[in-house]
Amino acid sequence: MKTMKKLFAAALVTTALAPLVLAGQAIAAKTSLVMGMALEPPHLDPTAGAPAAIDEVVYANVFEGLTRIGSKGEVLPALAKSWEISADGKTYTFNLHHGVKFHDGSTFDAEDAKFSLDRARAEGSTNAQKALFAGIDSVTVKDANTLVVQLKTPAGNFLFNMGWGDAIMVAPETAEGNKVNPVGTGPFKFGSWVKGASVNLVKNGDYWGTPIALEKATFRFISDPAASLSAMLAGDVDAFANFPAPETMPQLRADPRFKVVIGSTEGETILSTNNTKPPFNDVRVRRAIAHALDRQAIIDGAMFGLGTPIGTHFAPHHPAYVNLVDQYPMDLEAAKKLLADAGHPNGFKATLKLPPPTYARRGGEIVAAQLRKIGIDLEIIPVEWGVWVPEVFKAKDYDLTIVSHTEPMDIGIYSRDAYYFNYSSDAFNATIAKLNETTGEAERYALMAQAQKIISQDAVNGFMFQFAKAGVWNAKVNGLWENSPVQANDLTGVSWSD
Amino acid sequence: MTGFFQTAMRNRSFATGFVITAMVVLMAAVSFLWTPYDVTDLDISAKLKAPGWSHWFGTDHFGRDIFSMIMVGARNSIAVALVAVIIGVGIGVPVGCWASARGGLLDEALMRGNDVIFAFPALLSAVMITAIFGPGAINAIIAIGIFNIPVFARLARGAALSLWPRDFIMAARAAGKNKTRITIEHIVPNMANLLIVQATIAFALGIIQEAGLAYVGLGTQPPLPSWGKMLNEAQTMMSFAPHMAIIPGLAIVITVVGLNLLGDGLRDVLDPRLVRKRD
Repeated sequence: MKTMKKLFAAALVTTALAPLVLAGQAIAAKTSLVMGMALEPPHLDPTAGAPAAIDEVVYANVFEGLTRIGSKGEVLPALAKSWEISADGKTYTFNLHHGVKFHDGSTFDAEDAKFSLDRARAEGSTNAQKALFAGIDSVTVKDANTLVVQLKTPAGNFLFNMGWGDAIMVAPETAEGNKVNPVGTGPFKFGSWVKGASVNLVKNGDYWGTPIALEKATFRFISDPAASLSAMLAGDVDAFANFPAPETMPQLRADPRFKVVIGSTEGETILSTNNTKPPFNDVRVRRAIAHALDRQAIIDGAMFGLGTPIGTHFAPHHPAYVNLVDQYPMDLEAAKKLLADAGHPNGFKATLKLPPPTYARRGGEIVAAQLRKIGIDLEIIPVEWGVWVPEVFKAKDYDLTIVSHTEPMDIGIYSRDAYYFNYSSDAFNATIAKLNETTGEAERYALMAQAQKIISQDAVNGFMFQFAKAGVWNAKVNGLWENSPVQANDLTGVSWSD
Repeated sequence: MTGFFQTAMRNRSFATGFVITAMVVLMAAVSFLWTPYDVTDLDISAKLKAPGWSHWFGTDHFGRDIFSMIMVGARNSIAVALVAVIIGVGIGVPVGCWASARGGLLDEALMRGNDVIFAFPALLSAVMITAIFGPGAINAIIAIGIFNIPVFARLARGAALSLWPRDFIMAARAAGKNKTRITIEHIVPNMANLLIVQATIAFALGIIQEAGLAYVGLGTQPPLPSWGKMLNEAQTMMSFAPHMAIIPGLAIVITVVGLNLLGDGLRDVLDPRLVRKRD
């Protein structure tokens, strides 16, 4: 009986204390964040792959570069606290921060910076954006905290280029293992990777810069839009930088638990066309397609109105953007005439390979319906990313596909040899070459405008719309980016209110 | 035959099932000649309309008429399920009959082969087959059809084994007929009732499996609509366009219930012993 009484008393005390304990937890603001992403990265080394999902996990969080891109697309100092540019615009002297340590405890200095840049631009480098480093003539270490980069010709966007995820700083000892165990200098350390589910990052206690508010960050990969919605509504995920189901925005916006922020991205969503494959090698056929596309209908049908029509491969919020939407107005008669002139009065059959995202699958159905009206009969072939990358992007085995090109300022891809559009234009290549050498802003903008006009004139791809960023997060989360000027989920400024 | 039909229609579940199935088949047949709207024609400005006079079942997120899509979808569902049943009967029944007629090692081998196919959950294996050979209606038919084979093979073998020792078969053997002729002339006609009932059930299952494959994106491909794909597309829109999910969902439920009632009724009508018990 005595024990019973004791037990009872213990139970009473516990019950009485429980609310206090809970209240105590509620007072301290949350220090962990679960971020939802539609796509899982294939690995975690941004210097060895193009997929945006890699940068979306590690950029600014785990890895840092000499410079970094801020939330408005501006170039900010990162591991280089300052820099001097020589009068001829060809020599960049970077002053590096002191006392910076990699997550494995080793020191970051100018030698590591030289190693990182030389590794990225080396002959056999697997860097996906080698063009960023092509202008570098030599990299020299002046002293432990001073790095000198000599360029072949002045490059107006060099500091911006050094802020890309592909230009992050790595240590020679750990560089090869970064795919599975990323070791950087950032405010988060790599914790664990549960394949197919999530990547966990933990706070780096020895961080050199401004301390971050979060102790823990989890990136959860949910490929199914309906499952993403359930996870958001259930509170399993705190934030989606880009929610995969645009149709749910009104529902989420009406829910006081969430904040919905529609921003801009660098994602030009295009009907990529194989420019060497008949009949698409005929510019008249490509122009006919351009005339047959009803961009607003695609945006309304696939994205529920989120997106801005584009007429070329350039972000509409960029000051150098030229509005070429009306170069090929929706005109079925003109389209049919162009097709007839090209020798296809009755149209033709072709394939449309669609990767998994909603914009591609839904957009593809609408594009197919629109092209059917001018006699182009598209067979829709849905493919996984695992098939799309080797088959379409690498082997160029496709007629048409739909994809969003999310890299910032990436009009230069049209001048690349053997890029998957198979487009080649001397006039365009000359424009880009000149752009790369020009530093004056006004001249650069004029050249960018010229480049936009050339690809629109050639109707290289079906230019559809600029992807909008449908950000959804818990109303108590602060500091997430409104727009995405680079592929990133920068969590360094994120905190919870309360 | 008319006599049989009149007797059968007196059976309540047969009558209900028959009417429902006939309606679905009729809808599918009419869709070849006429639908209220063109299902491949998108009219984005008319999207997500609730059911009403101009669109009886409303419109989807592309502004397509859902009633037209249900009609064309019925055609797909029926075609896939029907061909899958034909594959199952066409291969399964001969295999079962052959196994029972020959017996011994061949019987063992064939039936163990059946067990291997049976060991996999049908839908999972169908997903595997369509993943290897690519999505599409034809591959969906093959995938579902393959898993109908062991169902019919077992049924046919069991039925045939119970028939072989019967007196009329003995008589036929004594008259000098070979096993193939006996199978064709006596065994198969005597198991026809069982096969018809099983075919109806397999047909209903085929419709569910087709919808399942289309739901995960492995069935009929756009621009042709299918009930499963309609359900998939409706998922994220349930909060503001519930008709997009409810209507194809009901179409599947009604069709499958109809076929099951038909099969149930057929069994009652065709199996005299059961009927006597009920009386």
